[in-house]
Amino acid sequence: MKTNLVYFAWVRERIGKPEEEIELPADVVTVRDLLSHLKGLGEEYENALQYPDVIRVAINQEHVEHSEKIAGAREIGIFPPMTGG
Amino acid sequence: MTEITPIIRVQAHDFDLQSELDALTAGRTDIGAIVSFVGLCRGEQGKLSALELEHYPGMAETEMRRIADLAIERFSLLGATAIHRYGKIEPGQNIVLVIATAPHRQAAFDGANFIMDFLKTSAPFWKKEHAVDGTAGDWIEAKGTDDTARDKWA
Repeated sequence: MKTNLVYFAWVRERIGKPEEEIELPADVVTVRDLLSHLKGLGEEYENALQYPDVIRVAINQEHVEHSEKIAGAREIGIFPPMTGG
Repeated sequence: MTEITPIIRVQAHDFDLQSELDALTAGRTDIGAIVSFVGLCRGEQGKLSALELEHYPGMAETEMRRIADLAIERFSLLGATAIHRYGKIEPGQNIVLVIATAPHRQAAFDGANFIMDFLKTSAPFWKKEHAVDGTAGDWIEAKGTDDTARDKWA
């Protein structure tokens, strides 16, 4: 299954692209699995996701916990804690 | 279920406070209180040339609407507006506008405060500092005090 990943702020800058479509292995079940999988894709991903606990994730544009399952996700947003307002 | 639809916008250009107030009050006689909040870009003692606001298109509007709907329901507001700008914003310029209207002042104060507290912690916007010397600086870090402000509504 191909999933569209979108990155924002310093996550986007460190990974070096705003979005990408990737094929996820079957053993990537939860958001936590996804972050750990991405961390292994190269130095830029390792830099962006070094401290996965601070990373926020949205599935289909809704905030989710790291324990959430990603099955059926069309779009997964990965970003730092928000600083708007 | 609330029947009041908040006015939600994410835009690069500035907003006009008076026209937004007029939009909420035109033709009505039931509003007894309006609270508006405008957040501006600070110059940080002359060190900052601009803030760059990045957002998650689509999700930003959806989150702002969800937060405003919660406030309308919880404080029985008569109307609510949330407008957030993106792009480069210079010191002294507007970043965000929140308005809450209600029959009485307490609901309007609480409604506007609630919307801002949740907007800061859950609407997908990020600020990057640009220094006067031309260098792109750091991304602003999220503050624990903002989480505390939000949690008081739990």
